[in-house]
Amino acid sequence: MPVSVKHSQLIYDALKACDVQLVSALPETWLVHLIRMAEDDPEMTLVRLAKEEEGVGISAGAHLAGVKSAMLMQNHGFLASINGIVSLAHLYHIPLLMLISYRGEFGERDPWQTQGGMSTLPLLHSLGIPYDRLDDPAHVARRIAKAQTLAESSLSPVALLLGRDLMWEE
Amino acid sequence: MLRIDAMRAIYPELEQCVVVTIMGAVSAELQSIGHRPNFFYLQHAMGLASSMGLGIALSRPELPVVVLDGDGSILMNLGSLTTLARYRPTNLIHIVFDNESLLSVGGFPTATSTGSDIAGMAASAGIPNTCTVDNLGAFSDAFATARAVGELTTIVAKVEAKGPPVFLTDLPLLENRFQFQRHLRNLRTTG
Repeated sequence: MPVSVKHSQLIYDALKACDVQLVSALPETWLVHLIRMAEDDPEMTLVRLAKEEEGVGISAGAHLAGVKSAMLMQNHGFLASINGIVSLAHLYHIPLLMLISYRGEFGERDPWQTQGGMSTLPLLHSLGIPYDRLDDPAHVARRIAKAQTLAESSLSPVALLLGRDLMWEE
Repeated sequence: MLRIDAMRAIYPELEQCVVVTIMGAVSAELQSIGHRPNFFYLQHAMGLASSMGLGIALSRPELPVVVLDGDGSILMNLGSLTTLARYRPTNLIHIVFDNESLLSVGGFPTATSTGSDIAGMAASAGIPNTCTVDNLGAFSDAFATARAVGELTTIVAKVEAKGPPVFLTDLPLLENRFQFQRHLRNLRTTG
C-alpha cells in the first residue's frame, strides 16, 4: 500500500510535539499508518469511532477535562461531523484539531471520492473554519503546531487538509 | 416515574460526580433542583452527550462521570453505544431517560414507543451492565449498584412524557462551559 509511512510518522511526531494525548479516528486508506502509530503508542489514547461526529463530542469532553486531542478523518467524515462542529464546537467555543485526508482532488482515481472533494473547501469556508494544507513534508511540523496554537487561542475548530502529494507515494 | 423525581433521588450522588446532560427537559429540571459547577448541559448537538462523557471519562479516569441522556438523543447516535462498549470506562454511568417521545418539540413518538429497546441495544453493543427500570426504587437501586460495581453501565429509566413549561434557564451556555472546565481543572490541582 503506497501510503507514506515516512510522512505519516512526520504528522504523528508533530501531534506528539503538540502534547496531543488523545486521538479519535475512523479508518480510511490514507490514515492507516497514523492510526497504527497511535495504537502502538502506550502514551496515546486512541478512540476508534463508529461515526466521525462522535469525535467532536469526545474531543469536547477531553478539552473540558484538560487533555489535548486531535481528530483523524476523511473529508467525508468532516461532512458527517458538521452538526457537531456547529452545535457543539462552535456553540461552546471548543478547540478541535481536525486532520482531514483530502480525497477527491486532482489525481483522484476513485470516482466515489470526487464529490466530497469538491465540497470540502466550500464547506470549510462557509463554516468559517481556518484551514491550511499539508502537501510538503517540510511544512508538516510547523503547520500542525500553528494550527493547534490557533485552535487553543481562538477556542475554535481548525482543519489541516492532508494532501495526496504528502500521503500517497505513486 | 417522573424524570425530575428520578434525578432528585440520585441528586446527592450526582453532586459527587461529573455530570453531562442533554438539552431540554433534563437540563432544565436538573437546574431547577440545583445547578452545580460539576454539571454540564449540552444544549444542542443531540446524540453527543454520551460521546462527551466518554471523552471526559477517558481523559480523567479518577473522576466518576454520569451522562444523563434521552431516548431521542441516543437514537441519533446509536454508534456511540458501540464506542462506549469498546472502551468501557469503569468510571462512566450512562443513564437514558426514555419517555418514548421527542418531548421538547411537541411530543412526537420515538422508536422506543414502537418497541425499540435501548437497554437491549446497549447490551448487544457490548456494554457490560444494562437494565431497564420503571420506578424510583428500582432506579435508585440500579444507580447505587452501578456506582458500587465500578463498571460501565447503561440504565434505561422509563419516565413519563412530562417536562417543565419552559426549557430556557438563566444560565448562559458559555458561563456553564467555562465554569465546568475550571471546576475540572481545580479538581486536578486539589487532587
